[in-house]
Amino acid sequence: MEIIVCIKQVPGTTEVKIDPATNTLIREGVESIINPFDTYALEEGLRMKERWGGKVTTITMGPPQAEKALREAIAMGIDEGVLLSDRAFAGADTLATSYALFRAIEKIGSYDLIICGKQTMDGDTGQVGPELAERLGTPFVTYVKKVEEVNDGHIKVERMIEDGYEVVEMPLPGLITVVKEINEPRLPSLRGMMKAKSAEITIWTASDLGVDTSKVGLAGSPTQVVRIFAPERSRKSEILQGDVSSQVDQLVKKLREAKIV
Amino acid sequence: MEYFLTDEQKMIKDLVGKITEEKIIPTRAELDEEEKFPWEIMKVLADSDLFGLYIPEEYGGFGMGCLENCLVMEELSRGCCGVSVTFAATALGTYPILLHGTEEQKKKYLPDIARGKRLAAFGLTEANAGSDAAGIQTTAVKDGDHYVLNGTKQWITNGGEAEVYTIIALTDKSKGSRGASAFIVEKDTPGFSFGKKEKKMGIRCSATRELVFEDCRIPKENLIGKEGIGFIVAMRTLDITRPGISAQAVGLAQGALEATLEYSRQRKQFGQTISSFQAIQHMLADMVTQIEAARALVYAAAKTIDSGAKNISKVSAMSKLFASDMAMKVTTDAVQIFGGYGYMREYPVEKMMRDAKIIQIYEGTNQIQRNVIALQLIKESMAR
Ligand SMILES: Cc1cc2nc3c(=O)[nH]c(=O)nc-3n(C[C@H](O)[C@H](O)[C@H](O)COP(=O)(O)OP(=O)(O)OC[C@H]3O[C@@H](n4cnc5c(N)ncnc54)[C@H](O)[C@@H]3O)c2cc1C
Repeated sequence: MEIIVCIKQVPGTTEVKIDPATNTLIREGVESIINPFDTYALEEGLRMKERWGGKVTTITMGPPQAEKALREAIAMGIDEGVLLSDRAFAGADTLATSYALFRAIEKIGSYDLIICGKQTMDGDTGQVGPELAERLGTPFVTYVKKVEEVNDGHIKVERMIEDGYEVVEMPLPGLITVVKEINEPRLPSLRGMMKAKSAEITIWTASDLGVDTSKVGLAGSPTQVVRIFAPERSRKSEILQGDVSSQVDQLVKKLREAKIV
Repeated sequence: MEYFLTDEQKMIKDLVGKITEEKIIPTRAELDEEEKFPWEIMKVLADSDLFGLYIPEEYGGFGMGCLENCLVMEELSRGCCGVSVTFAATALGTYPILLHGTEEQKKKYLPDIARGKRLAAFGLTEANAGSDAAGIQTTAVKDGDHYVLNGTKQWITNGGEAEVYTIIALTDKSKGSRGASAFIVEKDTPGFSFGKKEKKMGIRCSATRELVFEDCRIPKENLIGKEGIGFIVAMRTLDITRPGISAQAVGLAQGALEATLEYSRQRKQFGQTISSFQAIQHMLADMVTQIEAARALVYAAAKTIDSGAKNISKVSAMSKLFASDMAMKVTTDAVQIFGGYGYMREYPVEKMMRDAKIIQIYEGTNQIQRNVIALQLIKESMAR
C-alpha cells in the first residue's frame, strides 16, 4: 500500500496567541510539535504498512523549520518526508493549503490512501482533509476510529458519529481523517531517530509544484478572520420543585407556554 | 553542567526521558503498590531499540558503551528504580556472553536480547554466599556432552521473567574460587524451576526470585569461556555494569529533587511558600550539589571504562559507593522537605526513599566497594 500522511506543525501549547493586527497566530518563541491529531494519522499509516506492506510518505506545508516535524515522523518509522516550503505559501487558509497539498500529491503520482488528522489544534477547522479529497476527486471518510480491513481495492472503516459509529466501505484510492480513538501513537525508536537525523528531506517550492501563485498562500485564501471566539451555549435550565404530579403540571404548563406542545 | 555529550547521547537521553514522562511516571505508583512486573514498559523499551544499546551491531545492536547505558539508567530511574533495575539486570545477564561468549553463543542469544524479545538475568548470590561470593555451593558436573546443575540461587533480579540466565556454579569444588564457571541456562530447561518471589521494601515492581536447579542438564556448549573462569567473568561483568547502577542512584535523586522543588514552591506555611525558608533552601542546595558531583563521577567512571582502561574496579566501585550514599541522603531529605505528606504513598518521595536503600546493598554492598577501592588504592601506591 502506498500511504500518504499529511501533517502540520503547530505551536506546542494550548495558549495560542493571536496577533491583533493581522488576526493570525503568533508562532515566535513557542516550541513546535506535530499537530496531536496528526500523530494518530502517522501511527495508523505505520500500522497499515506493518499489516499490508508498502510505504508511508509524509507531507507537510510550512516554514523551513517544519522539517523538524518530518524528522520526528521519520523517527517513528515513516519512510520519506516531503516539505512544501515557499514564501508564497505563507498565510494560507484551508483552501490554499489543500490546493498546495493537492499539487504535491499529484506530483508524487500514485497513492492508495491519504490519511489526515481530523483537525488541527491551532486552526480547528477540520476542512483540509475533505477539501483535499474533493480536489483529487477521490472518495473520503472523516472521523475514522478504526480501520477494519483493506482488500480488493476497498477499505472498510468505522466512522464516529454523534451517538455511535457507522461502518463504511470505500473504494481506493481514497482519503480518511482519523480521530484519537483510533490508536495510541508510538514513541520514536533509537534506530528511527538515527535515521531521522541524517534523512534527506525533499523540499518542494511553489515553482517545483508549478502552482498558480494566486491560489496559494495569503493570495489564495479567501477566508477573512474577523474574530476568534468559542460560541457561547445559551441554554437555560430550571429545576422544578414539588411532588411528582405538581412537577408534571408545571412542566406541561411551561411546554404549552413555549408552544412546544 | 556541560558534559559535552554527543548528539547521539543527547538523543538517547531525550528519548528515554520521554518514555519516563509518558509511560513510567504515570504508572509507577500502581506498579509499586501491586508489585506488578513492568512488562508493558519493557515492551516500550524494546520497541524503542534500547535493549540493543550496548550490543554490537553485528548482533543487531548499536555497539555503544557504558556511558550510553548510564544515560538510559539515569533517565529511567528518574521515574522508577524498579523499572530501571529490570532493564539493568538484562545487561548483567548479557555481559558475560558479550565478554566471554563464543561466536555461536553470541549469534544464538544476542539478537533476541537486542530486540528485547528475551530478558536476561544473572545468578551469583546464594543463601550463604552474598558478599563472600566465593562461598557458592551450586555445582555443575560434567557428564558427557552435558553439565548437570544442582543448587539454589537467591534474590535473582528478573527471576521467572527472564528467558536467558547466566549462572555461576562450581565445576571443581577443590579449587575454591578458581573452580567456578559461568553457564547459560534457558528458562524451561527441565530441572530448572523458580522458588519464592520476594516481598521487598522497595523496587517492588521488579522480580526478585530464587532459581532452583535439580539435576538440570544443559548442553556443554552453554559453558561461557572455559572452566575455572566463572569469577573472572562475574567480576568483569559487575565492574562494567556497576556504573549503570551508580547512574540509577543519580537518576533517582534527580527525580526526588524535581518532585521536591515543585512541592516546596507550592506548599505554604506561616503565610509563605516553604521554599522561602532558608533551612529548606539549604537542603535543596545540598541536594543539587551532591547530585551533580555524583553525576560527574559516574560519567567520568563510565568514560574511563569506555576508553578501554584496564583497572576499572576502583572507579566503578567509587561511582557506586558515592552515588548510592548520595541518593539515600537526597531521598531522605526529600521526604523531610515534604514533611508528613512525604511519608504518605500519595506522593512519590516515600517510594524513592524506599528504593534508594537497595542501591547501597546490591551489586556489592558499599562496605565491599570500600574494600575494593582501598585495596586497589594501596596496590597502586605500592607499585609506585
Ligand atoms: C533486591 C535484590 C536484588 C538482587 N539481585 C541480584 C541478582 O540479580 N543477582 C545476584 O547474583 N545477586 C543479587 N542480589 C544479591 C546482592 O548482590 C547481595 O545481597 C549483596 O551482594 C550482599 O550480600 P548479602 O545480602 O548476603 O549480605 P552479606 O554479605 O551477608 O553482608 C551483610 C553485611 O555485612 C557486611 N559485610 C560482609 N562482608 C564484609 C566484609 N568483608 N567487610 C566489611 N563488611 C562486610 C555487608 O556490607 C553487609 O552490611 C540481589 C539482592 C537484592 C536484595
